[in-house]
Amino acid sequence: MNLHEYQSKELFAKYGLPVSSGRVARTADEAVAAASDLGGNRWVIKVQVHAGGRGKAGGVKLVGSEEEIRTFAAHWLGSRIQTVQTTDDGQPVNLLYVEEITDIATELYLGAVIDRATARVVVMASAEGGVEIEQVAAETPEKIFRAIIDPGLGPQEFQGRQLAFRLGMQGAQIAQFTQLFINLCRMFEDLDCSLVEINPLVITTDGDIHCLDAKVNIDSNALFRHPELAELNDPTQDDEREALAAEFDLNYVALDGNIGCMVNGAGLAMGTMDLVKLRGGMPANFLDVGGGVTVESVSQAFKIILADPDVKAVLINIFGGIVSCADIADGIVRAVQEVGVEVPVIVRFDGNSAEEGSRILANSGLNIIGATTLPEAAEKAVAAADSMVPA
Amino acid sequence: MSILVDKHTKVICQGITGSQGTLHTEQAIAYGTQMVGGVTPGKGGTEHLGLPVFDTVADAVDATGATTSVIYVPARFCYDSILEAVNAGIKLIVCITEGIPTLDMLRVKHHLNGMQTRIVGPNCPGVITPGECKIGIMPGEIHLPGKVGVVSRSGTLTYEAVKQTTDIGLGQSTCVGIGGDPIPGTHFIDVLRLFEDDSATEAIVMVGEIGGTAEEEAAAFIADHVSKPVVAYIAGVTAPKGKRMGHAGAIIAGGKGTAEEKFVALREAGAQTVNNLAEIGELLNDLNLRSS
Repeated sequence: MNLHEYQSKELFAKYGLPVSSGRVARTADEAVAAASDLGGNRWVIKVQVHAGGRGKAGGVKLVGSEEEIRTFAAHWLGSRIQTVQTTDDGQPVNLLYVEEITDIATELYLGAVIDRATARVVVMASAEGGVEIEQVAAETPEKIFRAIIDPGLGPQEFQGRQLAFRLGMQGAQIAQFTQLFINLCRMFEDLDCSLVEINPLVITTDGDIHCLDAKVNIDSNALFRHPELAELNDPTQDDEREALAAEFDLNYVALDGNIGCMVNGAGLAMGTMDLVKLRGGMPANFLDVGGGVTVESVSQAFKIILADPDVKAVLINIFGGIVSCADIADGIVRAVQEVGVEVPVIVRFDGNSAEEGSRILANSGLNIIGATTLPEAAEKAVAAADSMVPA
Repeated sequence: MSILVDKHTKVICQGITGSQGTLHTEQAIAYGTQMVGGVTPGKGGTEHLGLPVFDTVADAVDATGATTSVIYVPARFCYDSILEAVNAGIKLIVCITEGIPTLDMLRVKHHLNGMQTRIVGPNCPGVITPGECKIGIMPGEIHLPGKVGVVSRSGTLTYEAVKQTTDIGLGQSTCVGIGGDPIPGTHFIDVLRLFEDDSATEAIVMVGEIGGTAEEEAAAFIADHVSKPVVAYIAGVTAPKGKRMGHAGAIIAGGKGTAEEKFVALREAGAQTVNNLAEIGELLNDLNLRSS
């Protein structure tokens, strides 16, 4: 689960990570009030969306007057922002964050992730802050310094010092950074984070270390022990169809093609998409109906797939393990009747009750194209989609 | 021969009285797995599916001599259940449950460092040695005793591969689903090593998918340590990049994690790869292994 910057900074403040004072605003009036509440005569105002790259897209601005705040709010609130990290549709802007200004001398990068290969939390730091860290990793990997956290011992001060010296810090900054490093690791573990990123971490003109941006991802599987974090979820930032799918325990990801796919199992779903492409087609989506498929979930899956106007054919690939293909067939028949599917539907069953499932479909009188092998199904789906596209 | 489990393996089920535990224990018994008991705290002394139920894993091990445990308890309790099994001296833990917090698995892995216990999973279909021992949720009837070792990060995709090896008559020595979580208890490399040393395994099918670098690490291992033919398939060529497996995770991987990179690594390591998952069986056929 992703958090907004303002939410991440509230957590930072609780864990003693230095952040600026700020206020969140839902309207232009609230933004103006926030600025006056914070005091001073210059502020930074930022759109709050689940995506990076806001600055380059115009979503972050230094403002010095009520008029500027109102102009910024009028421009962004209720509209969408498109950044390098969003889709072409962009992310909806419903919240702004007004913050005290920070005078920056140096920009750095600090992040913590779980390294899958070593099964350790790894903290990464770089003097190349404020830019895309992936770019630094690809072009100059020697400029990224790492500290690997021992799960038994936790973060150690020497690790913080080592990073601080490598980043070129001096004097009081060493102790400041070390404390920040320890606190960051403590927060990562306490809150079941999957990612914490401070980009940039800055050294101010006064020589202090300060978190200018904050990005926190929480492991969704751990939310049962953090009900207070679960409440921070902002569903407006999720893709509508993905969110709807999740409500029915379906995993859905929209893609650019025109062949809708419905498959049981994530690996097989990807394999099916790959085969569609290999046969010259393009999948419109990834959709895993999961292990506990019901008539209801098949019907929902259909609705979600068909909500994409580009879909010209639907390919259903089920390998029945626990799931019976006969049950899925019943679900398909009902869904096709209820939803009114107008594009060709190609079905391939294998495993548990595959023959019975195929018989149910054949006897349904519906326009469903059967296939006995997956390659055959993929070919039929590609041909069907092609025939639906006007020449 | 086989790896990890065989007809002598004595298995208990943690969470045996739950709906998943009940369903799959019934199927395991029907398959012929030596199920010897189950554990549900508070239900010790009762009987379920004709098996004795114990309050603790330690009690179950003492009474039955079980060496293997399969876990179906809900995700939030798995950390505790796994550590209980380790503490009771269980040698093989197969954790089927999906949705365990990543940091829980990180701590479990750290705890197991240097110990004799192996965990397969979590979020996996389980382990089966056809005709001898089925532990997990895979459909037993698609399997056939034989000579291909199968290791996979996926569930239903594994069934596809298994069925193809059954259809051409080669069958399987053992199939291991290592699971789709970021931190699995058992990696490809661990299973490849076991298959390489197993006399019944004549060829290996490895099914991977996008994300992480486990397939690249497996490729390096294959190049140096595996003499048996390996047929590999990676799912996710069409998966969109940047669909959060974790933004900074890609940094540590140094840009690794796409299906293409994994295919290349495996080919360079001497594995035979298929782009079409339906061609796994065909490629195995070309190896001219004798049918079982």
